[in-house]
Amino acid sequence: MQISIQLNGKKITEEIRPDLLLIDWVRQHGCYSVKCGCETSNCGLCTVFLDEKPVLSCSILAARADGRKVDTLEGLKEEAEEFGAFIADQGAEQCGFCNPGMIMNAIALFREIADPTDDEIKEYLAGNLCRCSGYEGQLRGIRAFIEYRKKGGAVCDK
Amino acid sequence: MLKIREYVKVKTLEEAYELNQKRSNRILGGMLWMKMSDAQIQTAIDLSGLGLDQIEENEEEFSIGCMVTLRQLEEHEGLAKWSSGIIRESVKDIVGVQFRNLATIGGSLFGRFGFSDVLTAFLALDTYVELFKGGLVTLKEFAERERDNDILVRVIVKKTPGRQVYLTHRNTKTDFPVLAVAIAAERDGARVVVGARPLRAMCVNVDDAWKEKLEHADCTPEELRELAGELAEQVPTGSNMRASAAYRKHLANVLIRRGLFELHDRFAADTGVDMDKGGQQNAD
Ligand SMILES: Cc1cc2nc3c(=O)[nH]c(=O)nc-3n(C[C@H](O)[C@H](O)[C@H](O)COP(=O)(O)OP(=O)(O)OC[C@H]3O[C@@H](n4cnc5c(N)ncnc54)[C@H](O)[C@@H]3O)c2cc1C
Ligand code: FES
Ligand code: FES
Repeated sequence: MQISIQLNGKKITEEIRPDLLLIDWVRQHGCYSVKCGCETSNCGLCTVFLDEKPVLSCSILAARADGRKVDTLEGLKEEAEEFGAFIADQGAEQCGFCNPGMIMNAIALFREIADPTDDEIKEYLAGNLCRCSGYEGQLRGIRAFIEYRKKGGAVCDK
Repeated sequence: MLKIREYVKVKTLEEAYELNQKRSNRILGGMLWMKMSDAQIQTAIDLSGLGLDQIEENEEEFSIGCMVTLRQLEEHEGLAKWSSGIIRESVKDIVGVQFRNLATIGGSLFGRFGFSDVLTAFLALDTYVELFKGGLVTLKEFAERERDNDILVRVIVKKTPGRQVYLTHRNTKTDFPVLAVAIAAERDGARVVVGARPLRAMCVNVDDAWKEKLEHADCTPEELRELAGELAEQVPTGSNMRASAAYRKHLANVLIRRGLFELHDRFAADTGVDMDKGGQQNAD
């Protein structure tokens, strides 16, 4: 079947198998930040934006994204790097495997809730699993980033 | 791994229904549950072009298209207001935001999953499902039916005045519930719904004398404990890898008791509410 998706701002039209998952499709197009951590819809590592909303690319068909807009970390480089530095500052990345999914979903959070409380942060990121850190470092990094953003420093204001 | 040979984005419900009569074809909701299987699907039927992804609200009811996501349910202000927040409460621990942006109400209710938070919460409300061939049936009746090849088109929630509470116990935060309890005291009766037993959610009616006492915030703690015990007794439980039947039985008593206390406190807090007068009374 034929699909047409705007991936990171670029329209791609091509023939695919009906059961091709979106994660495999974006990786075929060089978006290697998107990884498969669990394949059971539980870990959040495969997070991409579909029409601006965070979704699990391991759990949706590429066919469903036909005619829509898909963004991955590769397309949000500036925002991701700016926020990622705050995570790194806290030493929150250990093996770093969870990081791309965590950053994508944190960006979605910042876009949706301007000044989230700790509870809102925890609730929003509950679907992003990290086996190493215990989440405290990420939480500190997010808080620090929000403070920085309040002072007008961030590019990821929409 | 799930295999799909053909993919059809249907133009009408009639077309979807006809395709769905073939055993090897399957309606796609959010596909999250289906993806866990290794089904070989001839034709995947996509309903996403039919405008069934909206929640409409009028004076009498909410009409929720089958493709509405759990996240839309969670964020809908009107639904939150009319359900005392139980819809939001029931979905907020289902995996994560990215998951809830995909999983649909249609797939969640059509599956009639034993573990379902969604089924438990909606059963506590005055809910109907609109089936393409089967027409409008109460969710309670639908939940008891076996699966067939009909299509769940919309979910209708009547704006029946009342108060509701929702509680679950989970072993870890985003895991399936070990037990889910919803309690509603509405104009037409009070009921307790127990889900994740781990069997399908079931309703137990609270008798009218107790309902009166609850609504008038006129129960002693001992009476509420006694009522919780009586209700929990009527709920068969089973064992699975998450918990034993005995543990679930105990939990049913605890969660029902907590729910009754919460409901009682709410009725006590808003004295002067007249349940027979209709109108919006689900203040929180
Ligand atoms: C890892 C994981 C964790 C979960 N945790 C929880 C939890 O804690 N609590 C909870 O309540 N739920 C939980 N769920 C279930 C989830 O919330 C959804 O209920 C489930 O994924 C089904 O929704 P879906 O949209 O993905 O449906 P699908 O998987 O697409 O469909 C499910 C079934 O319904 C059929 N179907 C779909 N839509 C329709 C329709 N409109 N008409 C007729 N048939 C239809 C499909 O053909 C399929 O047979 C979990 C699921 C997964 C995969
Ligand atoms: S790989 Fe998608 S949720 Fe884990
Ligand atoms: S840092 Fe290792 S999984 Fe998160």
